[in-house]
Amino acid sequence: MLINYIKIAWKVLLRHPFYTFITLFGISLTLTVLMVITSFLDHLFGAHYPETKRNKTLYIGMVIQTDSARTSISSGPATFSFLNKYAKSLKTPEKVTIFSNFSFSNTYVNGKRIKLNTKYTDAEFWGVTDFQFLEGKPYNDQNIRNGDHVAVITDALKNQYFEKGDENVVGKNIEIESVNYKVIGVVKGSPPTRVYTYSDVYFPYTAPKSNYENKGIRGRYIALLLGKKESDLDEIESEFDSGIARIPKSEIGDVKKFPVLIIKADRYFDHFLNSLARDETQKIFFYAIVGLVLLMLMGLPAINLVNVNVSRILERASEIGVRKAFGAPSKALLWQFIIENVFITLIGGVFALIFSFAIVQMINASGWIAYADLTINFTVFLISILVCLFFGLLSGVLPAFRMSRLKIVDALKS
Amino acid sequence: MIKLQNVEKVYRTSSIETLALNNINLDVKKGEFVSIMGPSGCGKSTLLNIIGLLDAPSKGIIEIDGRKVERFNDKEIAPLRNKMLGFIFQSFHLINDLSVIDNVEIPLLYRSTNAKQRRELAEEALEKVGLANRMKHFPKQLSGGQKQRVAIARAIVGKPEIILADEPTGNLDSAMGNEIINILQSLNEDGATIVMVTHDDAMAKRTHRLIRLFDGTQVL
Repeated sequence: MLINYIKIAWKVLLRHPFYTFITLFGISLTLTVLMVITSFLDHLFGAHYPETKRNKTLYIGMVIQTDSARTSISSGPATFSFLNKYAKSLKTPEKVTIFSNFSFSNTYVNGKRIKLNTKYTDAEFWGVTDFQFLEGKPYNDQNIRNGDHVAVITDALKNQYFEKGDENVVGKNIEIESVNYKVIGVVKGSPPTRVYTYSDVYFPYTAPKSNYENKGIRGRYIALLLGKKESDLDEIESEFDSGIARIPKSEIGDVKKFPVLIIKADRYFDHFLNSLARDETQKIFFYAIVGLVLLMLMGLPAINLVNVNVSRILERASEIGVRKAFGAPSKALLWQFIIENVFITLIGGVFALIFSFAIVQMINASGWIAYADLTINFTVFLISILVCLFFGLLSGVLPAFRMSRLKIVDALKS
Repeated sequence: MIKLQNVEKVYRTSSIETLALNNINLDVKKGEFVSIMGPSGCGKSTLLNIIGLLDAPSKGIIEIDGRKVERFNDKEIAPLRNKMLGFIFQSFHLINDLSVIDNVEIPLLYRSTNAKQRRELAEEALEKVGLANRMKHFPKQLSGGQKQRVAIARAIVGKPEIILADEPTGNLDSAMGNEIINILQSLNEDGATIVMVTHDDAMAKRTHRLIRLFDGTQVL
């Protein structure tokens, strides 16, 4: 029966090339937009280089100090010393790294300024992340203890700072903010959309200007807690929470103004969401807006397709009459038209997949996002297929329902 | 096999009521070949549609094979139509996008028949109407007579006990028309109960019994 339905759907597509073009164009365009958005969201929130272990990592990126009514809020990253005390000391994570947010800096080559992003990290940073070393190696605990002026730079900075064609720059010096650092390693850079790990230069946290010895709670450092496996994260989170709950009031500055201290170790997406929406009401509002945008994005073309589908199916009233006359129940006809619509949507989905792949390659090659690595991977593909099916159902159910209710005698007359 | 008691059909619009059938009483026995005749607009097709459960009467009782069906819903009527009834229409109503054999298979799609059985039964039906050599053709590649033979094959493929034919020869020349009546007669000889609407006296004379309608009323 399914083959019979698909045969018909195919013939109907061939019968009116212009209708088919309009239908497929509409479906493909909508799905292309959705697939590229999905690919971009995957790029932002998925586990990609160098944060390939994101699924088993918790992020501590924000310290929130507020009053009991949450009317005034002061927030920002933590100090190194705070994270060293409350994150580094945790027993449940496999590894813990502490590193600074990136900051802006300059270096000069032949009088020409190069704008840089710099970051201070511990040695564990290289074990929690998966940076690919093209040359040399990462700095270790010994370098950190010694306060060595060493740096890991990206391949892009290497090409800008050192003469092109210079094969190996390990051991060479790079001067940043009037301090000479010895290049110890060169890594493949990461896109700036990986905000916590992205930088052009990485220094040990004991290097100058890191401010790692600052006291108090609020500073410029972030910690990542890596579990052995994803299922460990709940246990790590609860160990961290119980440590935070025991922080003595004396350690919290300005207790009178901000008596409430909120510090969470979150999964990456929750961490992102918590920075946008701080309570449940705001989260519901956030999801409502996302839902509304998606509905607009899918709903409007779907309504348009409903109209195209109604006129396309109306042409086939006689077929509906015949099928009913020979015993097709309304439910079978409803399914027939839904299956046909899903089939057409899937054809549109194939085109959309090809267009999306081309667009994603163009974005990656354009340099719009440095080191962009947008992909149409299995997750994106799976989500796209589900979106196709949902879209097919959305635009097919109403016309199918209307047609399946046609009176046989009226259908046969048309 | 088919029993109608006091059947009435009224078509209503916001301002007009039209009585299409008035007090129709009919009893068609199993194995009978009955023709319905009358001038255009007298309600012949309406009557056939009501017998075939394609349309509901405004009043009256319909019995098919001993079952009162006038109050059946879609879920109950669909299998009854599928198993008991086969339709032949004046304008064939073949699906142009499907091949001859796929058209013939349609009634079997709504039964628990597997693809192989469907193909075998459809081939058998097409052989019966002499179109075994046209299975892969599409309706547009066939003449009027051939199309009607495909429509007959579709009507008989599910081996229904009742065949309802609405002017099956109306769009055909007399030679083709004769051929179609020959097929219907042979199906009747094999046991099918047939009710046929026709305008043609010669065709009607070849059936067992004639029912005449005039202005929606049965004329004895």
